[in-house]
Amino acid sequence: MTSSRWVTVLFSAFLAISLIASVLLQRGVDHLRTGATLEEVLYISSPQALKRLSLGYDGLLADIYWTRAVQYYGNKHHEGARRFDLLAPLLEITTALDPQLLVAYEYGANFLAPQPPNGAGMPERAIALEEFGIRNNPNAWQLYYNAGFIHYMELKDYAGAAKAFARGAQVPNAHPFLAILAGKMAEHAGDRQMARMMWGTSYQTTKDINVRANAAAHLRALQVDEDVTNLEALTARYQQQTGRFPSSFSELEAAGMLRGTPRDPLGQSYKLMPGGSVDLRTPDDFPFIEKGMPAGYEPPVSPKILPSD
Amino acid sequence: MNSRIAHIASNTFREAVRDRVLYNLIVFALLMSAAAVVVGQISIDIERLVVINLGLTAVSLFGMVIAIFIGIGLVSKEIEKRTLYTVLSRPVRRWEFIVGKFFGLAGTLAVNTFFMAIGVFVALLYVSHRFQKQDGWVLVALYFIILQFLIITALTLFFSSFSSPLLSAVFAFSLFVIGSFAEDLRGFASMTQGTTRWLATGAAYLVPNFSALNIITSVAHSQPVSGQLVLYNSAYALVYTAMAICGAVLVFERRNLK
Repeated sequence: MTSSRWVTVLFSAFLAISLIASVLLQRGVDHLRTGATLEEVLYISSPQALKRLSLGYDGLLADIYWTRAVQYYGNKHHEGARRFDLLAPLLEITTALDPQLLVAYEYGANFLAPQPPNGAGMPERAIALEEFGIRNNPNAWQLYYNAGFIHYMELKDYAGAAKAFARGAQVPNAHPFLAILAGKMAEHAGDRQMARMMWGTSYQTTKDINVRANAAAHLRALQVDEDVTNLEALTARYQQQTGRFPSSFSELEAAGMLRGTPRDPLGQSYKLMPGGSVDLRTPDDFPFIEKGMPAGYEPPVSPKILPSD
Repeated sequence: MNSRIAHIASNTFREAVRDRVLYNLIVFALLMSAAAVVVGQISIDIERLVVINLGLTAVSLFGMVIAIFIGIGLVSKEIEKRTLYTVLSRPVRRWEFIVGKFFGLAGTLAVNTFFMAIGVFVALLYVSHRFQKQDGWVLVALYFIILQFLIITALTLFFSSFSSPLLSAVFAFSLFVIGSFAEDLRGFASMTQGTTRWLATGAAYLVPNFSALNIITSVAHSQPVSGQLVLYNSAYALVYTAMAICGAVLVFERRNLK
């Protein structure tokens, strides 16, 4: 082997070894400095300053900030965090950099509004984000729908929800459901039928599989709440008639109060408890339920959202 | 274009290619491929936006860097290597040399942009699966980027006609940054009074307006571009480029090359 060849082989080997060693050492350093993550830092928090610094390339910077917001929310949600301190600033910077980035309003508000661990528990900031979006995109009916949805679901502000839906219904090419929702709001505000109608609209109008899965999970939870309410009403009636609670659903069936064994939306039979209450067999499969939870049940830190149909 | 200018332009183009300027296309191709594949996995619903924003931003920034770093050496390198004397001893006028150099670098940037544009559209096809009518606006944004290159190339040439390469790079880059704030500068000028107002307004109009030529974000959202804006921007870029080249010729004509 010539001397030149030797040098090539030797230095190539050194290069490869140095590369591998540097990666391993960097991993070691990361392991030692677990708290030294960039995640919780916003070096420049002023959207206006960032817009100026972007030298006109604000669209790309907005995409980067949006991706950062998604990653931030995803990581926090995955670890079941109770605080999402950077989420609102990240979304506000994203939308200030690119006020036409509709996706940041649509999903961002849904990250911000729900109570932890499903979201940041900041419905007012979510509404402010949607309103900023509406000012910059007055013809995007989805933003009015989202604003109304947050007013209804998170703030229980039914008048605010009705107003947002009514404003959205005026927009050209708005989904016809907005007018229906605005009309029904006065009559059915706060009841389960209204909630089902709204989650159903979200399910039908979204193109995103995650939003669809979330809507499907809420629809299943509403179904469970309704089933459990009805079944417990039956067991109470049975108790009034016989002086004791039924020990199984077949007793209710024999009394002509029920047809067949009742099943949850995923096909599992409900469990009839000794005191006449009704529980789910697999409550982890039904995040967002308000009824049907076994006594002492602790929901998982990160809610289990099943893939939608 | 006379044949002497054409020869100088083609030699400048060949020299740029020999200097491996077009190697940046490899980096660009890698960037676009990575963006097209990765963004869908780490973000939500912005694949098309990222391909357009990242693609056009990269076309613009890569081109600016090439325009500045090749442009600063166009005159000084010829003096340093003493090839300028050989060229000027032939029947070549100094202004023809400057204009030829400009067209050579502008041609290099146009070819570079053409290949990058192909990369942007391939990535767009990958993420969208088919072209849409509004993708045509991306071509307008690319055209505006080429107009930016013409201006910055002419300005770099102007600075390099009297200054050192390092200072020319600093001046050209500073003007690029200031030009990105051109509309803000005019806004600031309108807030002042008296002589300051006249001076500030004059300075604001003197710097190139790069912000009007940057429509990347709006085309990423498929917003249409008015024909009037295309017309005005084209005329503005041509006039500004002509102004900078005239300045370069005037300085170079009087420069003592001994």
